[in-house]
Amino acid sequence: MHELPITEQLIKLAEKHCRDNDGTKVIKINLVCGDYSGFVPESIHMYFDIISEGTMCEGAEIDIRRVKPKLKCPSCGELFERELFSFACPKCGTDGEPTDIGKEFYIESIEIE
Amino acid sequence: MHDVKKIDVMEGILDENDSIAARVKETLGEKGILVVNEMGAPGVGKTTTLKNIFSRLKNVKPYVIEGDIEADFDTKDLQASGVQTLQINTYGSCHLDAPMIEHTVGKMEFDEKGILFIENIGNLVCPAEFTIGEHVMMLVSTVTEGSDKPYKYPLAFEKADVIILNKVDLMPYLDFDEEFYMKGVRQLNPDVPVFKVSGRTGEGFDEVTAWFEKRAEEL
Repeated sequence: MHELPITEQLIKLAEKHCRDNDGTKVIKINLVCGDYSGFVPESIHMYFDIISEGTMCEGAEIDIRRVKPKLKCPSCGELFERELFSFACPKCGTDGEPTDIGKEFYIESIEIE
Repeated sequence: MHDVKKIDVMEGILDENDSIAARVKETLGEKGILVVNEMGAPGVGKTTTLKNIFSRLKNVKPYVIEGDIEADFDTKDLQASGVQTLQINTYGSCHLDAPMIEHTVGKMEFDEKGILFIENIGNLVCPAEFTIGEHVMMLVSTVTEGSDKPYKYPLAFEKADVIILNKVDLMPYLDFDEEFYMKGVRQLNPDVPVFKVSGRTGEGFDEVTAWFEKRAEEL
């Protein structure tokens, strides 16, 4: 549900960077989206097609790079994806701690003309 | 044929929200107002938690912003008890965001130091993703929701600065596995204080209130 205001913000940001670089049209938006950011790529695509109409972003392609969340083992330093209902490190069995990997949500770059 | 240029952006979609949140936090902090973002699923007792805290607060004045998709029952309820309460209705949106809070805070009068409790929309998912200017993220969780919630909704538990485990008076009638619940909480958030309370009997709220009074004093 909250992908609507998020997609509006995405278009606003892309248009700003396009204008700042003397562009007139956004061709592609390269977005990085962690699985724990809480944002659903399918919904962003759906809203984007509707609300980009009439903006510099109309017709642009959105490339979304997903990032899997990882925990860090406090004993051996291993970064790992957790299994359901478990935080255990696959290498040494110690319970891992949350990291910021998987919470990303930013525009990496845009392609404009 | 036009030339296509690639522009590095590296800008977060939520950066604007986060900078407004930082402004709200700083402005209210300077006025001696501790900002608390209260989140939890629908029906966990968020308003009941506030009422239990307010009836025990001694030297700290409470202020409230109530977030609901629709209706203003809770606001009327709190206003009747003399607490300055403003309502935000989102009409569909699943969480409060920083621009909404900044707008509402602008309509409030903070005539003395205190604590602004912002009751977020009943939802264990989206409110955890948006900072709204809080000094303290309070998560209200319950024994009736089941002990697997930290594992299923990790972000809310990870971000909490204090966790209220409500409805403990119902423990004898449930299969709540407290050890499993606390193991999940501790993995995500090793030092977070967890208070076991009952909104119905008032059990545990003296400790919760003392914790908030101390946090307000330390601001």
